[in-house]
Amino acid sequence: MALNVRRAGVLTTVQDLGRHGYQRHGVPVAGAMDAYALRVANTIVGNEPGDAGLELTLEGPAIEFEEDALIAISGADLGAHVADTPVPMLRPVWMAAGAQLEFGAARKGSRAYLATAGGVDVPRVLGSRSTYLRAGLGGIEGRAVRRGDRLPVGAVAAPCYPKLKAVALASKSRFAAPHWAASVHPEKMERSPQVLRFVPGRYWEWLPAESRTRFMGSEFRVGPESDRMGYRLLDTRLDMPKREDLLSEGVAFGTIQLPPDGNPIVLMADRQVTGGYPRIGDLASVDLGLAAQLKPGDRLRFERVSLTQAQQLWVTQERAYAELREAVRGHMNE
Amino acid sequence: MAESDGPHLSFAPLGDRALLIEAGDKVDPATTGLVAAVTARISNSPPPGITDIVPAFCSVALHYDPDALGEEAEGAAPYDAMVARLQSLLFDLEAISPFEGRTFDIPVVYGGEHGEDLAALAQACGLSEDRVIEIHSAQTYFAFSTGFAPGFAYLGNLDPQLRQPRRDKPRVRVPSGSVAVANGFTGIYPLELPGGWHLIGRTPWSLFDAGRNPPALLEAGDRVRFRRIAAAEFDAAARAQSWR
Repeated sequence: MALNVRRAGVLTTVQDLGRHGYQRHGVPVAGAMDAYALRVANTIVGNEPGDAGLELTLEGPAIEFEEDALIAISGADLGAHVADTPVPMLRPVWMAAGAQLEFGAARKGSRAYLATAGGVDVPRVLGSRSTYLRAGLGGIEGRAVRRGDRLPVGAVAAPCYPKLKAVALASKSRFAAPHWAASVHPEKMERSPQVLRFVPGRYWEWLPAESRTRFMGSEFRVGPESDRMGYRLLDTRLDMPKREDLLSEGVAFGTIQLPPDGNPIVLMADRQVTGGYPRIGDLASVDLGLAAQLKPGDRLRFERVSLTQAQQLWVTQERAYAELREAVRGHMNE
Repeated sequence: MAESDGPHLSFAPLGDRALLIEAGDKVDPATTGLVAAVTARISNSPPPGITDIVPAFCSVALHYDPDALGEEAEGAAPYDAMVARLQSLLFDLEAISPFEGRTFDIPVVYGGEHGEDLAALAQACGLSEDRVIEIHSAQTYFAFSTGFAPGFAYLGNLDPQLRQPRRDKPRVRVPSGSVAVANGFTGIYPLELPGGWHLIGRTPWSLFDAGRNPPALLEAGDRVRFRRIAAAEFDAAARAQSWR
């Protein structure tokens, strides 16, 4: 079984939940930008949360299914369709062999995830299938997906949603989806300005009081030089007393750094493992998915939470994810 | 100062899924030794939920899953539970001598097409090219930290005579194996990458190979010396590499 890429889209990469355990060798984690969205899509098709899927950016690809395939789409709305019929998101979709799934431009958010039962089965590199483009690691030969690629899909032990499959094979539109959808809250993706929660970092107190107020009270715009490595934020500059002696130290997904020009940078999935700019805060991990859905030009502001609140939000999210897994399992034999 | 109260470590959150263990605030052998000791101890008996250990100049970053200590945390914030775990793991820690790491003698062909900035760097330092090479290859360097790129290590103890800021205009492509200096450090580009350091030579050795375990040749704590080789030796070694 394989996915045949008929059109590549702007930036389509193989991603899982990242390459953990090699940061001490300087290897960035990479992985899905909106990791929660990938986990949800994987869960719907019966995969493990860390199986590899495709991350589709801003304008999606066209994919033809070599055999009957069970898929789910999550994250950004890229207007998925087969022929002229829209394909719904956040639910299992059986595709008949030969169906061509096409994506268009992003309507909501910027990164969609396509999970296929069995997962994209490229070789693991340092424990992960994630593509890290800058060093050419993982995915398809370390690069983005191209037109003409044939992406192997892993074997599936027991097919899920058997009745749905029968409906799909008999359908004129070549696919079928149920009426239910996984309950996540895509409407949050549309807020403008987007609101991202953050925990103050080590150098927060070094900011003059006026800059701290501006950080929390003003809007920022995602700059054009923003990518999987990090977002440059524009429109609100902060003042940081000059420090010469900062030494690089570990950074995390969502670390907010302040370089000398006063425009903050938010580090994202492909961030380097260490950084030397003052760290004024870190995004609450539960909001990383919302951050991942921003695109250049989008507006956002920050809302302060305590470390304890941020960790509580994370634990609550994990409980909700466990419940979602259970709920989806209840449908799998239908 | 009482030496008996265990190591001087402090803990600070790094967002909600990581924390920093700080071993000092300046780069000296005591701090470096403590960073190495913390890294070794945690690597050997990691608390549950640790996903990455990242030693740097004066600190060690630990990435963890806040949900992993669930039962143990018993209402305490996961960060506090993890710090408590680490305190009991590290209380009797002693600094490891930073001079007990592995030592690598890395071959380098200096200057010419293999080190395009050697002449300009020599001029900026007010030295001859030969003198720059002598100074650079006389020193034993210490790998303080990874970062920047897979397999890259910041090598410290660069002779102050070779201290220059980065190039004004970074190169879009620096060949892999390039040996470079900037800001008081020397280092080797493990892959073809963009970069702003001054290129003074090139090694045929492979600093990073995802097919190897571990993938990086150098780790924090290692020592490095550079051994000058002739261009012909580089070419022969590079050919041998590509045959493998």
